[in-house]
Amino acid sequence: MKKTMIMFGLAATGLLALGAQAQASTLEDVRDAGQLRCGVSNGLPGFSQPDSDGNWTGLDVDTCRAVAAAVLGDANAVEFIPLTAAERFTALQSGEIDVLSRNTTWTTTRDASLGLNFTGTNYYDGQGFLVKEALGVDSAYDLDGAAVCTQAGTTTELNLADFFRANDMEYEAVVFDTSEASAQGFDNNRCDILTSDTSQLAALRTQLSDPDSAVILPEVISKEPLGPVVRQGDDEWFNVVKWVLFGQINAEEYGVDSTNVDEMVDSNNPNVERILGADGNMGEILGLNDDFMVEVISEIGNYGEMFDRNVGPDTPIGLSRGVNALWTDGGILYAPPFR
Amino acid sequence: MTTDPRPLRPGRPKPWNDPRVRSVVFQILAIAGVAWVGYTLFHNTVSNMESRGISTGFGFLNETAGFGIIMSLIPYNETMSYGQTFLVGLMNTLLVSGLGILLATIVGFVVGIARLSSNWLVAKVALAYIEVFRNIPLLLQIFFWYFAVLGALPGPRQAVNVGDIAFMSNRGIVLPKPVFEPGAWVMGTGLVIALATIVVLAIWARRRQAATGRIFPVLPIAVVLIPGLPLLGYLLTGGPVSWDVPSLGGFNFRGGITAIPELGALLLALTLYTASFIAEIVRSGIVSVDKGQTEAALALGLPARRVLRLVVIPQALRVIIPPLTSQYLNLTKNSSLAVAIGYPDLVNVFMGTTLNQTGQAVEIVAMTMAVYLTISLAISVLMNLYNRAVALKER
Repeated sequence: MKKTMIMFGLAATGLLALGAQAQASTLEDVRDAGQLRCGVSNGLPGFSQPDSDGNWTGLDVDTCRAVAAAVLGDANAVEFIPLTAAERFTALQSGEIDVLSRNTTWTTTRDASLGLNFTGTNYYDGQGFLVKEALGVDSAYDLDGAAVCTQAGTTTELNLADFFRANDMEYEAVVFDTSEASAQGFDNNRCDILTSDTSQLAALRTQLSDPDSAVILPEVISKEPLGPVVRQGDDEWFNVVKWVLFGQINAEEYGVDSTNVDEMVDSNNPNVERILGADGNMGEILGLNDDFMVEVISEIGNYGEMFDRNVGPDTPIGLSRGVNALWTDGGILYAPPFR
Repeated sequence: MTTDPRPLRPGRPKPWNDPRVRSVVFQILAIAGVAWVGYTLFHNTVSNMESRGISTGFGFLNETAGFGIIMSLIPYNETMSYGQTFLVGLMNTLLVSGLGILLATIVGFVVGIARLSSNWLVAKVALAYIEVFRNIPLLLQIFFWYFAVLGALPGPRQAVNVGDIAFMSNRGIVLPKPVFEPGAWVMGTGLVIALATIVVLAIWARRRQAATGRIFPVLPIAVVLIPGLPLLGYLLTGGPVSWDVPSLGGFNFRGGITAIPELGALLLALTLYTASFIAEIVRSGIVSVDKGQTEAALALGLPARRVLRLVVIPQALRVIIPPLTSQYLNLTKNSSLAVAIGYPDLVNVFMGTTLNQTGQAVEIVAMTMAVYLTISLAISVLMNLYNRAVALKER
């Protein structure tokens, strides 16, 4: 009996010690594990979707692969963990994943009250409406009384309520727990409108039984900067994830891509030399190898390549760069300098 | 040889050898251990969340929710608080569970009795129903009713029109809504009086039957009186009720009461699935009543219908009630599958949207678990009370 009690006490103490363990360095954890655990969407064409062989592709997926390439030197050393919108923050908070890259909107509440940090924006989006062409609606301001399909646990739900209230219109929200279910509801005519970020609408539209029967309305009713998220309180890791994306954007700006990266290392442009680690110690001060961006660019490419491959005009999603063009091309992508 | 005058008594054992003392000490230790583990887990969680900058506490319940909910039994709009979303979700869960329990019980009893019918066709149809619905996963059944059956209904502009007052489409069933005007209280009073009269009458009829053996027809009187008195009130006060008839405007029907298809699909699936289990429980209960009871009742000249109602079922209930309780609990817990088709129950509204907007997972999950625990315990208590009432009275 006494022995049992002591064993029980020991077990309980062990359990608690586990719960109370000090916050370790995520960078070291990832190196020790030999792979990056990345939380992605459970299936959104162009952003994160597994193919029939289980290989993940998409813009959010490549954002994670770039981090893995920078940290581990291997863009395939990633374990992708599909999450619903409702699960994503808990998974990151509890340490189940190292980085969340799941078309997640950067907002004050999420940044300040969830113990999370947004590392940047890999896609500037805005909320829009998809409607059946047969309804003959050509403006979001004509949607009074419509039934709207949307996904639970997103900023979309709040923007929707704000938009309809501000314009003194009524609506009926049909809320599903995944974006596919909401698209299916729209396809089955449960709703007149499907609302989400316009990039998602473009992706979901391709999954409708007749994609040509639906159109995206011109109005964009919100700002949705989507980007990777890490846990608060680990600045080293925060910097790594942040500067990999900045590195890809800078690389595009200076004309470095996966086809010319090997020649560009010998470039005499000091900006390019610093990005690729031929000059300075940018990698070292981030806790990485100095040539980490060479690895990222040769495996994943610069931001523009990543964009074109996954969601660009030549893909079924067919998004144009729009505001996601470089600042030098009239967009708003502007990364701080490598210096 | 001297004898000790004191009677021989076992000496008090030392406290550490005294089994009574030992058992009490060990129990105190065990409780202290459990309490310590619980406290440390709680404390650890709170301090870890604080150190990671995650908000804690229940203050969020007073903040503005800012999102819409498709169906609410209590007043709700986007400007109300997260606390109100909790209540909306809770009411919707209670609605679907309550209706589900009621309907599953009725269907289950009918099918269970039909399963024992001497009519070959009736018995086999009941058997087929039970085997089909009991052996298909509930989630699949919910999807079936939602996407395959209700989703196949026409859109609102081609809705099935019942006399221009009720419409059925893939947006749900829209019915006229009664609007009570001043004077409608007379009808309410009429209903209360009718109900009270029937209750008094039923008690009196029962006593009279026990004393004299004569049966008083309460049921036909109830059928006339319960709708009759409010109707009389309606006519006397000159019709204080008007109807808000739905009409097609813009995208959807406006006005009236809408029963959303999500509720219909969930209710159908929960009812038919649980009823198939209840039918088997009812059958086992009836079979457990000794055949001699039926034969004796028939020998006394009771008609078959009364044999079932007065002799067999009361005895079968003793076997039926305990497993029936667990079916009720299952139905209530299964109602959380609502989230798959977007019915706004507690899990969908509160643990889905509210959790995501506030990020306060620990508080919200704890509240939701407490709700399901409370509902389940309440059902158990009620069913146990009922079970005690129908149990065999041993004297």
